[in-house]
Amino acid sequence: MRERFASHFDPFVIPFLVGMAFVLGYCLIAMIRVILQLPKEDRRRFLVSLITPKQIWINVRDIFLNCLIHVKLWQRNKMLGFMHSSIAFGWFMIILLGHLEVILFVPERIHLFYYPIFFNYFVAETEQTIQGSMLMFLMDFFLLMILSGIAIAIIKRFASRIVGMRRTTRLSLLDRVGLYSLWAIFPLRLLAESFTAHISGGSFLTIPANWIFRQFLGNDLYALPTWWAYSIALGVFMCVLPFTRYMHIPAEMLLIPMRNAGIRIRHPRKGFASLEVYSCPACGVCIDACPMSVLKVNCKDTTVYLNRQLRRGNERRIAEISDKCLLCGKCTAVCPVGVQGPELREAQRARRKYALSPSYAGINVRPMASAVAGGAGGASGGVLYFAGCMTQLTPSIRRATASLLDKAGVRWQMMDPDGGLCCGRPLMMAGRTEQARELIAKNLEIIRASGCDTLLLSCPICYKVFKEDYPLSDIRVVHHSVFFQELIASGQLKVRREEGHKLVWHDPCELGRGCGVYEEPRAALAAAGELVEAGKHHAESICCGGSLGSLSLGFEQRKAMTRNALDNLTVADPAEIVTGCPLCLATFVRAADRPVRDIAEILDTRS
Amino acid sequence: MMDFGFKLSPSSAVNLDTVDRARYDRLVQLVPDARTCIDCGSCSATCTAAPWSGMSVRKVLLGLQRGRDDEVDAMLSKCMLCGKCTMVCPRGINTRQLILTLCRLDRKGEVVR
Ligand code: SF4
Ligand code: SF4
Ligand code: SF4
Ligand code: SF4
Repeated sequence: MRERFASHFDPFVIPFLVGMAFVLGYCLIAMIRVILQLPKEDRRRFLVSLITPKQIWINVRDIFLNCLIHVKLWQRNKMLGFMHSSIAFGWFMIILLGHLEVILFVPERIHLFYYPIFFNYFVAETEQTIQGSMLMFLMDFFLLMILSGIAIAIIKRFASRIVGMRRTTRLSLLDRVGLYSLWAIFPLRLLAESFTAHISGGSFLTIPANWIFRQFLGNDLYALPTWWAYSIALGVFMCVLPFTRYMHIPAEMLLIPMRNAGIRIRHPRKGFASLEVYSCPACGVCIDACPMSVLKVNCKDTTVYLNRQLRRGNERRIAEISDKCLLCGKCTAVCPVGVQGPELREAQRARRKYALSPSYAGINVRPMASAVAGGAGGASGGVLYFAGCMTQLTPSIRRATASLLDKAGVRWQMMDPDGGLCCGRPLMMAGRTEQARELIAKNLEIIRASGCDTLLLSCPICYKVFKEDYPLSDIRVVHHSVFFQELIASGQLKVRREEGHKLVWHDPCELGRGCGVYEEPRAALAAAGELVEAGKHHAESICCGGSLGSLSLGFEQRKAMTRNALDNLTVADPAEIVTGCPLCLATFVRAADRPVRDIAEILDTRS
Repeated sequence: MMDFGFKLSPSSAVNLDTVDRARYDRLVQLVPDARTCIDCGSCSATCTAAPWSGMSVRKVLLGLQRGRDDEVDAMLSKCMLCGKCTMVCPRGINTRQLILTLCRLDRKGEVVR
């Protein structure tokens, strides 16, 4: 082992150093800004979590699994998982091993930033020792790993279907500069190390390559320019990084501990929201997943493009994209980073200015409150059934629910027999949270007057808001599918099973992804018939297209989405499609080629 | 004034010559479907807010064209965006978008910023 240059320096490291200094400085400032933008209590919470030992361990583990190994991508798509993790993990290992080499062989140079990166240029013949050859081998191994990942990335760019993606993102100019410099870095490193392998040593990749090059080049004149090129590629990549999608690398490392600390989006653009936006690597997974993408015009309204427009500050497009989304939550379910597409959009909607703001404070709910007070529920508890606006449009659900409750001998009464108030969730989806609070207060008055101990909902849209935004900790809020499953399990409700009658369960967005209810309705259906699954189900179920989340999607566009969702539901050729949401039901019946019914109706006819 | 044998109360008279239709015109620019309303009244019949506020998308559209701005605003400010009217509209009009768009327009038909 010997150092090749007494000065320990060569001008070719300058591009690398410039890039490094720039990117480190930029990220540091950006990080401080994001932390300062958090509301005070959030900031405190985050900083405390950073020094809590248990939290530190969770953060390190999550950063390792997500940023380096990309476990979530692996689960989705093996090819993409391999591509990303080979580049990320391989690169990380090369940097780590570079530092190890410096610490082992020339510890006095550890303060030189560029030494670990260009080690083979400055230090020679390390492969002669056991440690040296071992390290050289590992270096080549991880370089090969990265190169295989890069090869897949290149294939993906030109033929995305090969890696199992129908659509991939369109890149902006700077993204392209970043992409090409990233592609160039590792082949250049291979070349540079190969050209110097007969001096500095190498392993199974670099030594044979060196031998081949020497057969027809015969001199070392190519070595230095290649090291220059390698350094320039690195420098360019790091200089454009903050302005490209590669900003996701540093951003995600901050996002993970913040999310683990329980920080949520509080401002449409600042703090956590901006961190989510910058953490998106534009992998494009959400494009194929989004139900709106069945129509090609909507591909550019998926979450990846929301993130891009938010970065560019294109207000017109931000508004368009925010309004169109169904808020179905599927993009978040599939996103390897966990970008909250719906929440980001709701925050944008909340920012909008209105000339006219509704007010519900003046509504007199006393008649509704006194109608439920002292009824079957009485002061001693009982079930209060709130059908909700949408169920008023599908009275069959209300009838079936009432009949089932009676059959099971449940003490119950209805909260809105002659129509009631809206639960407030549609207003929240439109970003009018303040107004929604007024409705919540009104509904609370009625619920409290009834003295019930259980609030039963047959609409998942209501269910979610009653569960999350109403202060009802002493009252059980339950969706009818769960309630009936419990009655079946306890034997209070007897259901006859019809063999061979295939039923498919459609997971409504708000019930499944929204509230995590997947298994209870399936169990209840299995008691009534033969349960089959849709093509995509559970967290990946496809929105019916009728969602109140979208403010701007028109009837025709929604129809295409409904058809697509129905195609997905009927892959196993079920006799009936079953759902637990009046809006899904009303949307599906219009386009379905077979009966669509609510779970309550199915159970009612079999009991 | 000529005597027709009956009187018109001034407060409910609609004088189309003096009606400022700026808001309606802007609305149909932003939500062109608003023009396709056939006044069927399905939206009024299903409206969750109707029983205690008289809200009706049909009446809102008519009111705008007849200069009944105060009535229109009173109705709009009671809509809860529940979406029932959209579900039943035979013309497939996105009534929620229509309502939200109207809420963003001032009386001169300008989008507030
Ligand atoms: S939002 Fe998520 S799924 Fe979509 S491109 Fe970004 S990281 Fe990928
Ligand atoms: S929430 Fe649903 S509709 Fe909206 S962007 Fe995500 S996947 Fe698409
Ligand atoms: S969205 Fe508004 S206008 Fe339409 S039915 Fe609901 S409350 Fe009535
Ligand atoms: S339901 Fe539709 S077409 Fe009928 S009056 Fe209302 S907006 Fe007009």
